[in-house]
Amino acid sequence: MIGFGLIKGMRVTMRNFLRSPVTEQYPDRRVSPIEAAKMAGLNPVAFAIRKPAEAFKAATGMTSVPVKVKQTPRFRGNEFAWYEERCTGCASCAKYCPLGIIKIVTHPGGIDVQEGESYAIDVFDIDIGRCMFCGLCVEACPYDALHMGSQFERSSYVRADLVITVDQLKANMKRPSSWFRPQFEGMKYSPFEDKAMPEHKDAGRHEKPLPGQLTEKWVKER
Amino acid sequence: MTLQTEPISINFGPQHPSTHGVFRMRVTFDGELIVDVEPVFGYLHRGSEKLAEERTYTQVVTLTDRMDYVASMTNNQAYILSVEKLAGIVPEPRGVWLRMIAAELQRIASHLVATGFLIQDLGALGTPLMYAMREREKILDLFEMMCGARITNSYLRPGGVFADAPDYFWQALRQFMDDIPGQVDEMEELLGSSEIILQRTKSVAVLKPGDMVNAGITGPMLRAGGVDWDLRHRNSYDYYDRVQFDRPLHHASDNFARYWVRIQEMRESIKIVEQCIKAIEPGPVRPKSVPFLVRPPKGDSYVGIECPKGELGFYLVSDGGVSPYRCHVRAPSLMNLTLLKEMLVGTYMADMFVSFGSTDINMGEVDR
Repeated sequence: MIGFGLIKGMRVTMRNFLRSPVTEQYPDRRVSPIEAAKMAGLNPVAFAIRKPAEAFKAATGMTSVPVKVKQTPRFRGNEFAWYEERCTGCASCAKYCPLGIIKIVTHPGGIDVQEGESYAIDVFDIDIGRCMFCGLCVEACPYDALHMGSQFERSSYVRADLVITVDQLKANMKRPSSWFRPQFEGMKYSPFEDKAMPEHKDAGRHEKPLPGQLTEKWVKER
Repeated sequence: MTLQTEPISINFGPQHPSTHGVFRMRVTFDGELIVDVEPVFGYLHRGSEKLAEERTYTQVVTLTDRMDYVASMTNNQAYILSVEKLAGIVPEPRGVWLRMIAAELQRIASHLVATGFLIQDLGALGTPLMYAMREREKILDLFEMMCGARITNSYLRPGGVFADAPDYFWQALRQFMDDIPGQVDEMEELLGSSEIILQRTKSVAVLKPGDMVNAGITGPMLRAGGVDWDLRHRNSYDYYDRVQFDRPLHHASDNFARYWVRIQEMRESIKIVEQCIKAIEPGPVRPKSVPFLVRPPKGDSYVGIECPKGELGFYLVSDGGVSPYRCHVRAPSLMNLTLLKEMLVGTYMADMFVSFGSTDINMGEVDR
């Protein structure tokens, strides 16, 4: 029957109209007057009497609080987490980056550097203005020194600000993403909680060889 | 008295909001009737095929994400299957099941976008599109749990996938699988019952099945014309021969048929994901023997898979080095555009973008 289909279509629209909204409020969320009163530590009536200006603001929907976006621990974001003591300066990350945006300059950390000992890092620039967050650098790192970060709010007016230098890497908040680091998932670690990162030095895929093992490798094999 | 009118040429695009990307059409109208169409594309050309020649086989995975950015998992799958054939890598079963789950979820997401934008083109601005996008959002959340990214996944690697899906992914997937059939039903009820949509889409832009086969059109467009051609069934890759699914066919070959086939395919994808969840077993997701730097022997390989838009194929030539000597993509979006003129000539201006949208093209893939 002509015209009946429109009513059927409207039924779907009405059903969706009654559903709760799925919109993610970002970066701020509006606060209802009752919630605002709760945040001020008062009951709604007392809040309206004692702080009329704030109550008016809340009632007209002008009060807002910042929200955090729900992310998963594997989220590949910026603010790379880099552990200086684990990095040997092998530049695998620079080699496997599809765009070639990682620049590493090293010098030997001591005289006669052997396998397993570190090179000192002079330059470790990651140009995240061109980074596509594929994570291949993290996948390539043989010593679990480089991890993806978990943040994404890093905008800038100047391109030069988007280059992460070695000093920034050292100073970065160490909240690594669990992308390609399954040991974090076993630890029930989430980068979005304010808990400190658990000690994970022993969790790498490749252990740093002990001096005895090195001697064995270099002396006894020959 | 008859009015003497002259045909007028109008230029649509490349920055036209209805063209699904940067696509340009020079259309000649006689009144409101379309008499000639000249498609112009190439505005989004990024040279992905050339870029692939100087990157290693693993690095090219990141380029394939950006070809069809609405269905990046299936792009990864086509490329990885081609690399595996070239290098003779035998994938791990769990990795294969995982990438089948990912590919079928991606198919649902892509068809949701196609259906949502079909209604958008019809003039229902916003609301029904948001119903489709809301469901797609859940799938993107699932991808974020799996691989840490929503659109540019780079999830697959030669031999399987890079990492196993975490525990919370399976719970979320179960929740999603319980929800989605009702949402697909709702989508069909909304569209299949409304007379406005039926009148606007039925017997508009009809294509002959023979013409479509000759032009190399594949995917839901071809199946809407009654041609039973689905590569998952015909030329089965991964473990599609171990799962049961139907191939929905329609015989009208008009805009409505294309939409109907996509809705039915979503149901089949749901069935496939259910079977994959049952069949998956614990184990490694990627063989240990596959190095990061894959060096296939000299030779070439072509693997075509059924991506949401049609047959997506990667032709790779290896000279024994670490990067492909030549990489060619058989892009379904580009092939499906070949009959655009035949489709549009004779229809009216208001139906132009509906018919154009029903081919479900993606400009990132057309131009690569």
